[in-house]
Amino acid sequence: MVYILTHYWSELIQGLGYTLLSSLIALVFSTAIGTMFAIFEVLPNKAMRIIGRIYIEIFRNIPLLVIAMFFYVIIPMYVAKIDGFTAGTIGLTIYTSSFIAETVRAGILSVDTGQMEGARANGMTYWQAMSKIVLPQAFKIIIPPLGNQFINLVKNSSVLAFVAGFDLMYQANSIASLSLDTINSYVVVGVFYLIITLPLSYYMRHLEKKLA
Amino acid sequence: MKKFKHIIGALGMLSLLMVVLTACGTRPSLAKQDVLSNDKASKTITWGVKADTQLFGLMDVKDNQIKGFDADIATALTKKVLGKDAKAKFVQVTSQTRIPLLKNGNIDAIIATMTITPEREKQVDFTDSYFDAGQALLVKKGSSIKSVKDLNKSGTKVIGVTGANSVANIKKFAPKAQVLELSDYAQAMTALKSGQGVALTTDNGILYGMAAQNKGYEVVGGTFTKEPYGIAVNKGQEPLKKELNKALKEIEADGTYNKILKKWFGNVSGFNYKEAAR
Amino acid sequence: MQNFIDAYSWINIRFLLEGLWVTVEVSVVSIIASFIIGSVLGVLRYVKIKYLSAVVGFIVDIVRNLPLILIIFFTYFGLPHLGFKPGIIFAAVLAMTIFESAMLAEIIRSGILAVDYGQMEGARANGMSYMQALWHIIFPQAIKKTIPTIVSQFISLIKDTSLATIIVLPELLNHAQIIYGQNSSYILPMFLMIAVMYFIICYALSVLSRVLDKRLA
Repeated sequence: MVYILTHYWSELIQGLGYTLLSSLIALVFSTAIGTMFAIFEVLPNKAMRIIGRIYIEIFRNIPLLVIAMFFYVIIPMYVAKIDGFTAGTIGLTIYTSSFIAETVRAGILSVDTGQMEGARANGMTYWQAMSKIVLPQAFKIIIPPLGNQFINLVKNSSVLAFVAGFDLMYQANSIASLSLDTINSYVVVGVFYLIITLPLSYYMRHLEKKLA
Repeated sequence: MKKFKHIIGALGMLSLLMVVLTACGTRPSLAKQDVLSNDKASKTITWGVKADTQLFGLMDVKDNQIKGFDADIATALTKKVLGKDAKAKFVQVTSQTRIPLLKNGNIDAIIATMTITPEREKQVDFTDSYFDAGQALLVKKGSSIKSVKDLNKSGTKVIGVTGANSVANIKKFAPKAQVLELSDYAQAMTALKSGQGVALTTDNGILYGMAAQNKGYEVVGGTFTKEPYGIAVNKGQEPLKKELNKALKEIEADGTYNKILKKWFGNVSGFNYKEAAR
Repeated sequence: MQNFIDAYSWINIRFLLEGLWVTVEVSVVSIIASFIIGSVLGVLRYVKIKYLSAVVGFIVDIVRNLPLILIIFFTYFGLPHLGFKPGIIFAAVLAMTIFESAMLAEIIRSGILAVDYGQMEGARANGMSYMQALWHIIFPQAIKKTIPTIVSQFISLIKDTSLATIIVLPELLNHAQIIYGQNSSYILPMFLMIAVMYFIICYALSVLSRVLDKRLA
């Protein structure tokens, strides 16, 4: 195990960097896109609601790996040249955004409808009321489930390994076959993942208790 | 203070877990039993073969059977070692999974386009070589890449397969190129078609098979390494290795080998199977 | 268009369906096993038996916080070191079960916590033992409360079986890869077909969960 750490240190750090980078990019964009589709779903406009529903249902019900490989293989053939890291991160973003949309939607719905009506009665527009009154409260409610989505996101970023995205799991496969020390390579990388996810997970549980 | 205790507890458990895992990891591999006598009893040899590699080991969608040069050689060897009524059982492997599976004893032997290398010989034992391949490049027809030298530029992306010897080689021959490792040859070919890299590198035999299947792609630059394929067995399985070597000599002597070679490589353009005949 | 017609030949579709069957098989067995094991682990974490609950909790946390691909590698490559050689389907089922049990344990534990504590006291006052109250009163309510979460975890499990293609489990994605690996004009048709197949199964399950949720509520 020490051998793996010392000999493949630079690969491991590179992998950690790409895993974190991909997770952070996906975190930012999937929250933005997810919130957008969640709002679509609660809009009075029926067409928008249907669009929101279709987006969420499609990407929630197809494996992340299939989505990521689709971007890696199909998009460069017909649309634009994107590399493995980009393809994997886009796949991760879209997949996660559908889950975040569901979570945010539940949050918005759990905010009392009286709040929206009150804000509107006080002269706010729909968008003002949504962004200033409803969304902040919704996000407070959904912090714990949102946190769990972020932990899933870090774990799920391991699909980058399938599309040559240079993340931790990709490096693990590469190190395992170079060193021929399969188990220890994966143990080391497992510890790297735990260093990111365990503290997050304990912090989320702590937060959950505090908010409850 | 209470929090601190929790953290200490968690750290303690984590280190305990690591110790246990290391203990598992460093324990010498099993498969201490004599594989050959087990195989004799069951009249079956379990082979690790590829299922994604043209000409060597490819899954036939029609009947779910793995077919190819490796598979046929494995069947012929099984019958020589264990008798005419013996069976060759095939387990699908990739370049990445084959060595762990062999060491774990899931398979008795690997016949999966595997080059005999000194690093691998530390982990497993090889029979005599049964096929002489050499590493080459597959590119889109009309590509500016003519040989391995053209790849040695920063920003050049070359596609390979995780666990394949060709990946380690290309890092030596074109250190400036970036290597993209995919999980198997089907994925690697798909990535080449998507333009994820300018060339796919592995052994010429595999590449000729891909070129035959994919019009518009060609093998260029000749071979720049020697890749003798061997059958891998676990360390300490001398009896099986000896029997396989003997059987290999027999099928080479009685023409079975050449018949199988002709069956798979007889019509492959660019590959002179007569040179490879034994 | 021609490549779509060729790609969806009966031979290819049959091969895909064989893969789909493995996906379903692995999923169903893992769902049943992980529901049972996850429930036991969830209850164990809740009842706070000295040391045991802490150890269970710690293991559950480790497994939950690792990528599933790693768990798959550990079961397929690691377990033989402990003297036990799983075949490929068994290894996949085992990996799925280990991972999903840990995920479910956490869901069920939080479900139990969400059931009003007064219920436990009421049941105890009516002469039930602690275990009886837990089993007959608290646990069913916890499951009822968490059904949507549990089912969406099962949907994740079905989707996640595709990751086992890395150890060449002959499931749906793997079979699609084999087909398009042999003829690259089939790449797009194959991706669309398996996306539809996964979607139908997962969407059907999520509709079922909504119906179930309404019925029980």
